[in-house]
Amino acid sequence: MIQVANLVKRFGDATVLDGIDLAIDQGEIIVVIGPSGTGKSTLLRCLNFLERPDAGHLTLGDLDVDVTRATRADILAARRRTAFVFQNYALFANKTALENIAEGLIVVNRWPRAKAHARAREILQRIGLADKADAYPASLSGGQQQRVGIGRAMAAQAEVILFDEPTSSLDPEWVEEVLALMKQLAAERQTMLVVTHEMGFARDVADRVVFMEGGRIVEQGPPSRLFNAPRDPRTRDFLRKVLAAQPAIQSS
Amino acid sequence: MSILDLDYMVGLVPILLRYLPLTLAMAAAGMALALVLACGLAVIRVLRIPGLNGVTLLFISFFRGTPLLVQLFLFYYGLPQVLAFLTRIDGITATIMGLTLHFAAYMAESIRAAIVGVDRSQTEAALSIGMTNGQLMRRIVLPQATRVAVPTLMNYFIDMIKATSLAFTLGVTELMGATQKEAAGSFLYFEAFITVAVFYWVIVELLAWCQRRLETRLNEAYRR
Repeated sequence: MIQVANLVKRFGDATVLDGIDLAIDQGEIIVVIGPSGTGKSTLLRCLNFLERPDAGHLTLGDLDVDVTRATRADILAARRRTAFVFQNYALFANKTALENIAEGLIVVNRWPRAKAHARAREILQRIGLADKADAYPASLSGGQQQRVGIGRAMAAQAEVILFDEPTSSLDPEWVEEVLALMKQLAAERQTMLVVTHEMGFARDVADRVVFMEGGRIVEQGPPSRLFNAPRDPRTRDFLRKVLAAQPAIQSS
Repeated sequence: MSILDLDYMVGLVPILLRYLPLTLAMAAAGMALALVLACGLAVIRVLRIPGLNGVTLLFISFFRGTPLLVQLFLFYYGLPQVLAFLTRIDGITATIMGLTLHFAAYMAESIRAAIVGVDRSQTEAALSIGMTNGQLMRRIVLPQATRVAVPTLMNYFIDMIKATSLAFTLGVTELMGATQKEAAGSFLYFEAFITVAVFYWVIVELLAWCQRRLETRLNEAYRR
């Protein structure tokens, strides 16, 4: 169970997150949509303390902190309970696919090398890259790199995996394989908080879609309701624009 | 004018070989110490540690801005007049000191650039899985910065090996000093100095070969 209460983040004079309240149940798949620059990515980064929130309360499993008073230990604890998938993959360039996945287990969880590598191999199997264990990121395609990025997040066994526009940097040919892996995780009821512009994914996979604008949650609900009968004019406006750009979803 | 006295040159080789270890030892000591100092200075610059950052900038500015020969004379002839405990500083120590400080100033900047050049998103990824700053540096940033820094650091090492020849101005009999003595005895200046030139050249070429092998190994992870 994850709970965010009144989360605020400012960059200088700009308030990027203006009091976000969000509860995520175990096994729930939430997709966050909204126009660019409305704080969707910042929300994920605050949950992982890649950005330090200016106010708010965060509950991650047994961790319960006022973000303004979070100690170094709290921040490490929060990071261990959340795993992050980056838009640009952010794989460790000096490590193989296997080592990228095993790194956190060895360094953070202090697993013996052999045990961590065995787990990493299992994960490589699940993400369909068993044959790429010893390949370095530079020799992998964008889609393969992002699957390793997801594998690295899976290894962390976090309460929730945070996906920050995981397909936005990919060439169109690689998008499908990454979405397929995310769907596979969703089917296994991995708790996920996904920021994406893939409306088809939101419609098919999400338990709940959250629409954000101007640093606030404007509206949220099951995808069937939110896509077919948006209540707020801002949601309607946004959906009209993106669905016009993604006609395949409109007709489905 | 006679042609080159080849016999003399061949005879000079075993004599000069005796002084080669001292030249290499001074360069190796200077390089090791300079690397440690430069890493420290680079970290101070990257983290912008208050106070130390300013001192570091001044240090780099001075040791990059003045000739190595001036610095060596300053350490060997000048400092003992001011600092009593340095009265017994010998030429070899002064040379190593000078090489260390002079080259550390240059190397600090290239190490700093290499650290800063590591893709910022990897830092975030390492933090996101719960690594501490120390783990992040040791396991992700420094290994990649090393690869970037090695070519320039090797260049400085090559430069440093040649710069050890300045030790002869402090009365140290290393490769250059020995050659000078031999030449003064035989009056065969051209033969003597072309021989020692070849000595330095061969050392540097051997090093360049090592550098290429090292770079190939370090680049393994980045081949597409």
